[in-house]
Amino acid sequence: MENPLIQLANVNKWYNQFHVLRDIDLEVRRGERIVVCGPSGSGKSTMIRCINGLEAYEQGTITVAGERVDQDDDNIEKIRQRVGMVFQSFNLFPHLSILDNLTLGPIKLKRVPRAAAEARAMELLERVHIGHQALKFPNQLSGGQQQRVAIARALAMEPDVMLFDEPTSALDPEMVKEVLDVMIELAGTGMTMICVTHEMGFARAVADRVVFMADGAIAEVGTPDSFFSAPRTERARQFIQQVIH
Amino acid sequence: MTNAATLPAGRARPTPASAAAPAGRILSWLRRRIFASWRDAVLSLSVVAVLGAIAWAIVPWALLDASWSGASRADCTGTGACWAFVAAKAPQFVYGFYPPAERWRPDIALALLVFGLAWLMVPRLPGKRYAGLFMMIVLPLATVLLLHGGFGGLAVVPSDQWGGLLLTMILAVSGITFSLPFGVLFALGRRSRMPLIRWFCIGFIEFCRGVPFLTVLFMAIVMLPFFLPSGMKPNPLALAVAGIIFYEAAYMAEVVRGGLQALPKGQYEAAMAIGFGYWRTMLHIILPQAVRKVVPGVVNTTISLLKNTTLVMVVGLFDLLNIVSAGVSDPLWAGSQAEGYFIVGLVFWLMSFGLSCYSRAIEAGFARAERS
Ligand SMILES: Nc1ncnc2c1ncn2[C@@H]1O[C@H](COP(=O)(O)OP(=O)(O)O)[C@@H](O)[C@H]1O
Ligand SMILES: [Mg+2]
Repeated sequence: MENPLIQLANVNKWYNQFHVLRDIDLEVRRGERIVVCGPSGSGKSTMIRCINGLEAYEQGTITVAGERVDQDDDNIEKIRQRVGMVFQSFNLFPHLSILDNLTLGPIKLKRVPRAAAEARAMELLERVHIGHQALKFPNQLSGGQQQRVAIARALAMEPDVMLFDEPTSALDPEMVKEVLDVMIELAGTGMTMICVTHEMGFARAVADRVVFMADGAIAEVGTPDSFFSAPRTERARQFIQQVIH
Repeated sequence: MTNAATLPAGRARPTPASAAAPAGRILSWLRRRIFASWRDAVLSLSVVAVLGAIAWAIVPWALLDASWSGASRADCTGTGACWAFVAAKAPQFVYGFYPPAERWRPDIALALLVFGLAWLMVPRLPGKRYAGLFMMIVLPLATVLLLHGGFGGLAVVPSDQWGGLLLTMILAVSGITFSLPFGVLFALGRRSRMPLIRWFCIGFIEFCRGVPFLTVLFMAIVMLPFFLPSGMKPNPLALAVAGIIFYEAAYMAEVVRGGLQALPKGQYEAAMAIGFGYWRTMLHIILPQAVRKVVPGVVNTTISLLKNTTLVMVVGLFDLLNIVSAGVSDPLWAGSQAEGYFIVGLVFWLMSFGLSCYSRAIEAGFARAERS
């Protein structure tokens, strides 16, 4: 079998005394779509932020495409270029136009000529359905539009995998669908995705596996159907009850 | 995006007054802006009274009763200002003791400065990055070479002959150009993860903020010779320039730090998640936003820098203020203090006001770009 694109082996992390990640083992194959869910504070954000080194971990190993994720600057910067990330709060660069938000990384980090970077950026903006907004600034867009730009910005670096940390939970309800639709389209292109989200519809539509976390540990892994209709643990059952309402 | 239809009702533009006749328009403006209530009216009228009193005091002295020409104070027979003094001393006020035959050299340096400023400030001109390099590298080198001379047939003019407005401009322009970049470095150093760098920057910043500029200059000119090989004397101008740059950089650092702290953590994380390292994150993402947030503070510090340049007299330099003081003590022109200091004040006010206007233009430009 092909080596996993992402591998977390026996990962442990503490915030001072607080054991935030406990013996995390997870392998993600290229092209696989993982949905991570679990109660608030269970360590979901911490886990995916360890994958691109935004958080350090104390024990175990994380590898991305065989490269070990550690705090060595050169190494982690290379890895981050291959791992796209979308945040709950969009985090677009407000002083740059939408187009420049997308082209800055490719131009400065990959030495892509400006014209080529802009052509590619326009393609991506079309893909997330905001091509006509390219010259506006982030503050002029709605939340849903900003989040779609953020997805396009991450894609502009041509990553091997995309991490999503609750991409729709800061959005007004009427904007959630436009972002999820873009993510579903992205899944259709074969992109490897790890999504922290509580959107069950999205999980059922695209996830190969659902990872359920509780108290810093992975409590349960299963296909969306088996997880949502027949959870094995009591914690998962309670959680699903809450999410449905 | 923002057209009249989408504006909330409360923010709709007032109907254009162009329909009304000019006189009616003025009356309606007065009614709305000056006499809207009796309190507004009292306030407005008091302001008008104060302004009127000031003009009443100055205009006759400065213009109506002034004498404009003459060869000494005795020729000034009017009861007002004796501008003949300023006219006679103008070349010295501008160039100091720079030899008259060589004054085309500072003129060229000034032309270079104007060229660089125009390049930097006129929005339509391209290549802003090169304009920055021009101001920070080409202009200082060219100015020093040109003013000093000693090559290609140019006579040497040692820096103790540079003076007046020329000297003030040298101090101000070099201070303004370099204090912000160094201030940014100190601000970043103050937040560095490396303790030695952090301690050094904190120590430096707090030292400068705790000691008057005059003291710094004085200590430098008195104490530096002890550390230099005997016989080597520090150049007072170089000392003053370095002193101004680093002293003001400490203040800039604190201004910039305020902007850095105001940025949400998400901006750092988004930049890092794309793969930017520390310097690229700072250069492309963090600093442009941080500096935009603190333009008023930067300009404030710049204006105080401008006025601090007058303190270089303690190291024996003749800046505009000092050279006017010297001119005032000329027996031929005894009693011309008022005129001399009026002009100094006017020149400094014009420069500071220019900076203020430029700063407001910059802020308006940013606001337009982001429309936040
Ligand atoms: N920087 C931090 N310092 C201390 N505790 C933290 C920090 N960040 C997160 N935590 C704690 O770690 C736990 C997991 O947080 P997080 O990964 O954000 O959870 P989730 O994303 O699942 O809601 C929470 O209890 C949170 O309070
Ligand atoms: Mg979270």
